[in-house]
Amino acid sequence: MLVLGIFLLGILLALPNFFGSGPAVQMVSADGRAFTDSKIDEIVTALASVDVQPEAVYLVDGRAVVRFHNVEDQMLAAEKLRRQFDQSASIALTLAPKLPDWVRAMGLSPMSLGLDLRGGVYFLLEVDMDSAIKSRLTLYEQSFTTLLRDASIRSRVDLDGSDIIVRVRGAENLEAAREVIAAADPDLLILDGADGQSLRVRMTPSQIRERQDFAIEQNITTLRNRVNQLGVAEPLVQRQGVDRIVVQLPGVQDPNRLDDILTATATLEFRMVDTAGTFPGSRFYAGRNGETGQMLRREIIVSGDQIIDAESGFSEGSPAVFITLDSAGGTSMLKNTRENLNKPMSTVFIEVRRETTEVNGQKHTTTIRTEEIINTATIRGIFKDRFVVTGLRPVEARDLALLLRAGALAAPVFKVEERTIGPSLGQDNIDRGFKAVSIGFLAVVAFMAFYYRGFGLIANVALFSNLLFIVALLSLLQASLTLPGIAGIVLTVGMAVDANVLIFERIREELAAGNKPQAAIHEGYDKALSSIMDANVTTLIAAIVLFAFGTGPIKGFAITLSLGIITSMFTAIIGTRTIVNLIFGGRQLKSLPV
Amino acid sequence: MRLIKEKTSIDFLSRSRRRIALSISALAIVVSLVSIGTRGLELGIDFTGGVLLEISYPQAADLNKIRGLLADAGFDEVQVQEFGVSTDVLLRLPPQADAKPNEIREKLRNTLAADEPNVDLRRVVFVGPQVGEELTEKGGLAMIFTLLMIFGYVMFRFQWKFAAGAVAALAHDVIITLGFFSLFRFDFDLTVVAAVLAVIGYSLNDTVVTFDRIRENFVKLRGTSSEEAMNLSINQMLARTIITGVTTLLVLIALLLLGGEAVAPFSIALIVGIIVGTYSSIYTASAIALNLKVTAQDLLPPEIDPDLIDDLP
Repeated sequence: MLVLGIFLLGILLALPNFFGSGPAVQMVSADGRAFTDSKIDEIVTALASVDVQPEAVYLVDGRAVVRFHNVEDQMLAAEKLRRQFDQSASIALTLAPKLPDWVRAMGLSPMSLGLDLRGGVYFLLEVDMDSAIKSRLTLYEQSFTTLLRDASIRSRVDLDGSDIIVRVRGAENLEAAREVIAAADPDLLILDGADGQSLRVRMTPSQIRERQDFAIEQNITTLRNRVNQLGVAEPLVQRQGVDRIVVQLPGVQDPNRLDDILTATATLEFRMVDTAGTFPGSRFYAGRNGETGQMLRREIIVSGDQIIDAESGFSEGSPAVFITLDSAGGTSMLKNTRENLNKPMSTVFIEVRRETTEVNGQKHTTTIRTEEIINTATIRGIFKDRFVVTGLRPVEARDLALLLRAGALAAPVFKVEERTIGPSLGQDNIDRGFKAVSIGFLAVVAFMAFYYRGFGLIANVALFSNLLFIVALLSLLQASLTLPGIAGIVLTVGMAVDANVLIFERIREELAAGNKPQAAIHEGYDKALSSIMDANVTTLIAAIVLFAFGTGPIKGFAITLSLGIITSMFTAIIGTRTIVNLIFGGRQLKSLPV
Repeated sequence: MRLIKEKTSIDFLSRSRRRIALSISALAIVVSLVSIGTRGLELGIDFTGGVLLEISYPQAADLNKIRGLLADAGFDEVQVQEFGVSTDVLLRLPPQADAKPNEIREKLRNTLAADEPNVDLRRVVFVGPQVGEELTEKGGLAMIFTLLMIFGYVMFRFQWKFAAGAVAALAHDVIITLGFFSLFRFDFDLTVVAAVLAVIGYSLNDTVVTFDRIRENFVKLRGTSSEEAMNLSINQMLARTIITGVTTLLVLIALLLLGGEAVAPFSIALIVGIIVGTYSSIYTASAIALNLKVTAQDLLPPEIDPDLIDDLP
């Protein structure tokens, strides 16, 4: 009974995979809030106005999915929806499974396919941890300068590698400075400088780790925002290891623009021009697109991470970005414009990229940070949190607005791996995989039936259920199926009969040793058990190591192999035993079809 | 039906056969190691880093013409080869000094599209050099780690002489499979590492099943020599070893023939590995255990200290 129940459950879970999929549009709310049923009505009305009758409209985790009869409808609808919901939602083309409502209502879904089966783009990004730390140190440097000045301690604060050097005069000042810094952040390591006139301040290893984790998490959030802005269905942004982030964008075909947007670190900073050259720490910034360069002061009035909204558009005929600041940025801007009325302020455009050069066979990677002035304007009035920046090309303005809106990256990221899989290749891989599984399966089924006759047929039922359970579990776990994953299934089909072979051979031996059929069955199952366990545990060890070591597609192989091992133990031992008992149980047998 | 006689009594483990088997294995290992050492492996882009493009033409592709086109466009180091069918071509570029994959990709696309507008870019892969290096390291570690875990498991379930035999047999399978890839210059990519780990799992499976029977027979047939008991066990398990090998090879051949070029290296590694693994679990594993003078005593439950039992709840 239990076995039958599990079998039926397997059928139910595997069921969603048999309906196929159709062209669809997915809508995600721009502010991250879940859509409600009223949105569905809005969508249906909007589509009716362009004469498109969707095949199905429904919500999945707060996203709206609209499925169509054909691609033409999908295209028409996507255009209409983009026009109507441009500000409030991001719209992406996708494929949606054609599930009947009752299947979907049960929360069932088909296996999710890996990128190599559905096409798309895969990026592996590395976060530049050095700059994450460096930017934190720069913040410390600035805050120490201000704090010490506020405490009336004359000091000079500099960066020296990963240390911050605070120079003061006199022993009592040294102690006072130490107290100020310790009060600002009690976790910092404060060491005495070699000359007795300075302090050497350092971040502790745990602070560094914390900062790195923060940088990664912040970057993941930002990347998610950017991906959502671009409108990609079912994107995946995930941390991998210490300093890497995986980004998977199914269905995307042109990685170029994506690439620019994802890895872009473009951001803005606002600084006052040092017209007389009297401020300490001022330095020269070059101009971009023909702007004149300027000496700019060291203090940053507002930086990119204080920008909460940005829209691109036109101001007086030239491309512009309309900026909204958060409250801290607004306050700072207000104070600055009030103090510096009629003085020039510059907008600095910052970009970071990495270049690898080869010198004498050694690879050197250098990070290049360009900081260029895109605009210098005299402050004509006092303003706070809303203003306009000009001086960019139209494309630059549009991308910059998107980047500022999605938030800045806490540290620059660099692409270390990229894979683009075309849709035709994905479909080919599915077809080939399916063919290999079915032919392999048939070959094994034929062999088993031929070799073990009646018992072979029972093993074949087990083998079929095994395949069904793998599909069911993959659908349940929503682990993505990859091409190596299919290879894992194929391998499992070949190996899954092993348990039955062990049992059947044992039954034959017991029969040959003169045992009665019923006793032979009993002994066969009993004695083969320890071998089966040992054999499967060892294979499972290999599969688990593979899972731990593998990334992407290889993980897919490890998953299907492990699942296959587990389900095959169940079907081969318990499943076949049940069938054997049903057929041969309680009968006086003269011989066994084995 | 039976492929194998009901009762085989092949002498697998006599001193002379053991010597022959171990010599064959030793020779294969030496050849493999020499080949890996001198010729190396045809490492795929996963390990070397670089740029790879899989492109598809509407008609059979002219490789020489493509080479010419690309050389004219400044890609001197590009490797052009057919990929499975005559319409599909694989392009490989070594890691570029100033890696700008976008530009390289666009330049390649434009160069090829200028000649044949219907060319389909089916797959583009860029792997940074540092990723490849890490992967090589991680792959090696994974294999060693798997072998250690397995040694631990077999030692726990059986005894160290068996564990040594099993792990030696596995190392034997891994080295010969890698040697095969080196000797015949098959592409060695990430899926091959996965396949080799699967071979480790499979071959061990075979070995452990045989060991299991050896243990059973050691207990059942007290008084017979280790060699005899082990020989009997191998004979008893022979049918199972071969049938499981056959079914597994059946599906792998299906995968090799139907699965497409992308899974070909994977299938080849498994096919070679399973043949070698089947051989090694018959000959090598038990032969080594026997050479280590494994006896029935090694497998009997150890005397339990009565004091220890008192301490147990």
